[in-house]
Parts: sequence; C-alpha cells; structure tokens
Amino acid sequence: MHPTTSRRGRRTIAAVAGGAVLALFASACTGSSESGGSDDSASGKDVTITFWHGWSQDSEVKAINDTIAAFERAHPNIHVKPVGNVADDKVNQALRAGGDDAPDVVSSFTTNNVGMFCSTKAFVDLKPQLQKSGIDPARTFPAAMLDYTRFQGNQCSLPLLGDAYGLYYNKKAFAAAGIANPPKTFSEFADDAKKLTIADGDSYKQLGFMPLYHGYESTTEHFLGQYGATYFGADGKSNLATDPKVAAMLNWQKGLVDQLGGYARLDKYRATFGEEFSAKNPFQTGQVAMAIDGEWRTASLAENKPDFDWATAPFPVPDDQAASYGRGYQTGTIVGIASTSKKQAAAWEFVKFLTTDTDAVVDFANAIHNVPSTFDALSSPKLVSDPSFKTFLDVAKNPNSGTTPASVNGGGYIVSLQNLGYDIESGKQTDVQAGLAATAKQIDTDIAQAK
Amino acid sequence: MSLAFGTRKGAGATTPAAPATQHLLRRKRRRETARTLAFLSPWLIGVSVFFVYPLVSTAYFSLTQYNGFGAPAFNGLKNWDYVLDELPTFWQGLRNTLWLVLVMVTLRVAFGLGIGLLITKVKTGAGFFRTVFYLPYLAPPVAATVAFAFLLNPGTGPLNHLLGELGLPQPGWFADPDWSKPALTLLAMWGIGDLMVIFMASLLDVPQEQYEAAELDGAGPFQRFRYVTLPNISPIIMFAVVTGVIQTMQYYTQAIVAGKVASGIAGNSGQQFEPGYPQGSTWTLPQMVYNLGFQRFDYGAACVVALVLFAISMAVTSILLRRRSGFMASDD
Repeated sequence: MHPTTSRRGRRTIAAVAGGAVLALFASACTGSSESGGSDDSASGKDVTITFWHGWSQDSEVKAINDTIAAFERAHPNIHVKPVGNVADDKVNQALRAGGDDAPDVVSSFTTNNVGMFCSTKAFVDLKPQLQKSGIDPARTFPAAMLDYTRFQGNQCSLPLLGDAYGLYYNKKAFAAAGIANPPKTFSEFADDAKKLTIADGDSYKQLGFMPLYHGYESTTEHFLGQYGATYFGADGKSNLATDPKVAAMLNWQKGLVDQLGGYARLDKYRATFGEEFSAKNPFQTGQVAMAIDGEWRTASLAENKPDFDWATAPFPVPDDQAASYGRGYQTGTIVGIASTSKKQAAAWEFVKFLTTDTDAVVDFANAIHNVPSTFDALSSPKLVSDPSFKTFLDVAKNPNSGTTPASVNGGGYIVSLQNLGYDIESGKQTDVQAGLAATAKQIDTDIAQAK
Repeated sequence: MSLAFGTRKGAGATTPAAPATQHLLRRKRRRETARTLAFLSPWLIGVSVFFVYPLVSTAYFSLTQYNGFGAPAFNGLKNWDYVLDELPTFWQGLRNTLWLVLVMVTLRVAFGLGIGLLITKVKTGAGFFRTVFYLPYLAPPVAATVAFAFLLNPGTGPLNHLLGELGLPQPGWFADPDWSKPALTLLAMWGIGDLMVIFMASLLDVPQEQYEAAELDGAGPFQRFRYVTLPNISPIIMFAVVTGVIQTMQYYTQAIVAGKVASGIAGNSGQQFEPGYPQGSTWTLPQMVYNLGFQRFDYGAACVVALVLFAISMAVTSILLRRRSGFMASDD
C-alpha cells in the first residue's frame, strides 16, 4: 500500500504539472475558426444573436434599440440581444476568448483596430456574403469609408454611420474682424486666424485657431486629410518620409504655431480650455473663433446655444491643392461578425440591415446626428439636415476625402506620427525630414514586429 | 518514540527488531511528509497557481509571437531584441520608472517619517493632525489625480494663480516634461497617510528608557534621533523602502490619468492617446506592458517588459534585504 501511495503521490504531482502545462497551451490556443458555424435562421427557425456596441448615452441607446426593433419586425425569427457601452479593450478580449457569452456581431468606434480584426481573422471576411446578397461595396459605400473597414483586400467590417471633419467658425467674430466668407485655402486661413486673434497680456482674449496637436480635434491625421497624403506605399512600408505632403503639413502647422504666438504661449492658453465634449468646449465658449471638428458638434452647439451665430464649411486646403476644396478627414463606426459566432447567417442578416437598409441608416443617423454611411442614405430625402450639417454630408460624399488606413498593429503608426508632431511643434525636433525618416523607420519596425 | 509507535501497532514484538523499526521509521517519515504537505498545500497551490504558473507562462510567451488569436509561434529572442534594441520608448520608460523609484520612494519615506515624528510630538490636537494627514490616503487614485490635475493646471489652477500673486514662477506641472514627474511626486507625498501611520506606531514603540539614558549621557535631540530612534525603527524604514520600491515599479494609474487629463484626450472620441504625456515624461514600464499587451496585442513583447520589471524588482529588493541583514548583524 505504501509504495502505491508514493507512486500515487508522484502521479498526482505529474498530473498537476501536466495540467498546468496543458492549461498554458489551452489558454494560448483558443483560436478562431475560419468559416464559423451556420444556423437555421434562413429556414425560419428562431435564432438569438448577441450584438455588442459602444453607445451609452440614453438617446443613443434608444436610437440603436429602435433600429434593432425595426430589424426584428422585418425578421420575426431573428432576435437581437444588445449589450451596450462596450469599450474596444473589452471587445478585443472577448474576440480572443470566444465562449458562450462572446458576441456574434460587434461594432467599434475605433477604426484603427480594423487591420488587426482582419489580419487575425477575428472578424469574418464579408465579401462572400456581400456577393451573395448582390451588394457592390464600391457603389454602396463612400470610398474613404470602405478604406477604413478593410485590410489588404479583406472586407472584414462595414461602415455603420460615419464622422466627417470640417471647419466651425464664429460668425460674430468673423463680422467683428471684417471677414466675409470662411477661408478656403491655408493662406486665407492663416490670415483669418491672425485677424481673429485678440491678445490679452501674454495670453489671449480670443484665439483665431488652436493649431496645437493637443487642441482636441486638431490632430496630425485630421490635418493630413486636407493634403490627401498616403501613409503606406504599395510595399506596405511607411510613406511618411517619402510623401512630401507629410512634411508640408508638419511645416504648415509649425508655421501657424509660430504665427499665432508660439508654442509656450499657445500651450498655456490651451490649458484653460474646458473638456472637449462639454458645454465648456473652447469653440462654444468663444475662446477660439475657428475649430476643426466633427459633425457631432452641430448637435451640441444646437443644444448648448452659445451667445453667437456660428456656421460650418469644409476645412481649408493647401494653396497648391485649391481645386480639392471640399474634402475632409473621415472616420466612423464599424461593424463586423465575430468568426467565433455560430450564427453567421442571422448575424449577416442583421449586419446587412444595419449597414445597407437605407431607412435604417437614415433613421439612425437622424437620431444620433452622425453622417450616414451609404450613398443612398446620404442623398435620402428623409435625412434631417440643415446647412451646417450638410457641410459634413458633402465632405463624406467628396471623392477626395480621406482616412487613415488600417494597419496590422492598429493605430500604432498614428501615435508614432503624433509623437513626432509634438516634438516638432514644441521645438524639440527642428529637422522635420530627419524626424520623418526616424518615425517611418520606427513604424516599419513596429509593423514587422506585429507580423 | 519508534518503540511506542511499534508497540501501539503491536508489530515490534513478533517480527525481527531491526528491519521492523526501519520499516516503521520510513512509514512514519512518509506520514510526516504527507502531513506537512497537507498543511502546506493551500500555500503550495496558491504559489503554483498565482506565482509559478504566471511566471513560467510569461517567460514562455516572451519567446513567442502571439497576438491572442491562433497558437503562439516560437520566435526565439526576437521580442527581446525588439524591446531592448528597437523600441526607444522602453529605455525612456525605464529611466522614468527608475527616476520615480529613486525620488518618490526617498521623499515619501523622508516625508512620512517627518510627519510621523511631528505628530508623535504634538501635545494637543494630535488626533486632528493624524486625521488630516491620513485622509488623502483614502481618496481613490483616479479621483486624487484628477483633483491634482485641476489644482496644478498651469492656466487655470489655483496653485499657479497663487504663485503668480506671490511673484513666483508658475511651472507647467503636468503639461511640462520637466515638471510632470515632480508633480506626480507631490501627488504621492500628499497621499502619505499609510506610511505615516506605520511610522507613528514604530516611533511610539521605541523604549522610553533608552531616551532617558541617552539624555542622562547628554545627548541632544539630533543625537537622540540618530542613536536611539533610528536604530529602533530601522526595520520599519527598510519595510517602507522595500514596499515603496515594489509599489513604484508598478506605478501606472496616476501616470496614465494625469497624462490623459492634462493632454485633453480624456473623452472617448476614438482618438489615439499618447501615453506618457507630455513628451513621454510620465511613460512608465507598467504602462508599456499594458500598451504592448492590451492595445497592440503583442503579448510576446509585453511579457519581455514584465520580466524586466520583475527582475529589477527582485534584484533591488534582495540587495536591500541583504544590506539590511548585514546591518542587523553588525548591530548585534
């Protein structure tokens, strides 16, 4: 008996150790299946799918729930269980873990992660489904929106409403400075920004425009949208150092910083700004007379009613590209189907409805004041729009509008470029070209590491 | 004892004495081992599940290319090369982390001890001062950091307003790369309550007769502190330093919240947050583990940084503890 106990003891230890090793590999091997499961929703069987999204405000949640209700009316056998207020971190974890509680359909506000979702096959490629349903993506969705929903030919997500960027301007301040129309080129813009700037000691009573990259939506990628710069070459390598538009943008911004008072003074003024998504936003308080911002600001301006008239226009373009006036940066919400989902047919019906049903897209866009994401919805008569909102619809329709492309390591390359921007505007980096070469090299290294 | 054991079992009388005793001895030893293991098992299980297994997996994943999907692919030392050679932010993060360890731990211990000394000396209202200095410790780190970002706001903060009124320079605090770490250190010193309580308890434990003896020998206040107080509380100082080093090596929340609030990217607009704002000055290695692991999903590289952190913590702690034991021995 005793030798047996001892052997049993050894066996126990071996089993525990083996179990630990097994757990190690098991936890590492929860991969995704290529094809995913099918379901019987097409033959009328009841199917319930789980839909994760990030909307959290009451009005937004009501809007998405109304869209879901409309879908369920049209597809009585498919039921949708929505889970709201889900941040991207959680989505990423769930897609990796799989399991019963994992979502079937997922939407995300961060288009930067599309490259990762596609390349890791966390989301299924929707091309076969689009073909089967007779949907031509190029004729259905604006080009920039298609760009941020696919990666290297893999259309693993579709756009679900979009955000377009333009210029907001304070009409009262414009009148006081004797400016009749919004600027169209960067030289007009610089003149106006200067005219609109009223100094107050070593600070400002009113600033024409806050050019710093921490000035909320005035970021490197939003400015680059006005230049039509390319981020990656055909070989997948970073284009930042070779595309002269990037250096042009960085130099233009630095020039504006110097012209409007210099980095230190602007940065100190920036610290007096209230929170971006509040009534204390510097454009709404009149601290800045012009701002680059997304279409959602029209809704908050209408709600908070500042004591001045305001209007919108496309953001100006570089003087040597004056013909492209009307373009802008675009991003938006994306939606995809988890490859771990066992209910792909029902999930596709839902995604198809969310992204291509014109009435559904228009109603949802009206409810949450975003730009619709299909050509049909953009020109739908049901779309509630006023001149200030129409600016953004036009930017979204403009074929020159651009976005930041998907990359295998998410938004890593955008952060690298941002960091270079901070160094240049603060004077830490004076050689723009050398900075761009180093940044491009770092981006290539980071992408090689992620592959 | 073996006889008693044998007698109780009734085995010793009938079989030859020597082999029987050996057999019983072996049996007894085995039983004792089993009993010891049984008593130790909660700890053993805990250590295996929460320490050995994660450590071994971290070491294993640091040698693989793994993004959470599919199986990890072994890629040798590629992640180590990448982190140590090709990632300039690693060295920046390491420098910041070591700066914080050195300055923050030193100042926290000195300040905590100073406050403890003062409060134990206070005759009236000690309870009030204890409460005042302890309360900030109860504030959740995120709330405390947001409050500090507000107080130290270079444009609108009351502190700079006051400094301006007094004609003193007004630093950029969380917005200035030269001042962001000192600002975080100020925040850490504000939440000194935990250390203060520990120091107070140890100061009150110093035998009063040693002070009296020192006084009789003509020792002044400084000598009494140097030759009576300090040797008595040195284990507590060592405890504060070692736990402080470990805590600061894990410094994450305050740095990331201060960076986010000061940079203006606090809302969830889908914008990419630049950790370490401004200019990487508050970028620490724990943030890097999070950024690499859970934002870029490069688990391999994240594990490398985690292992480096672990190795440094272990090295610093063991050096400190060894010095401490030498100190104790010479004392004795």
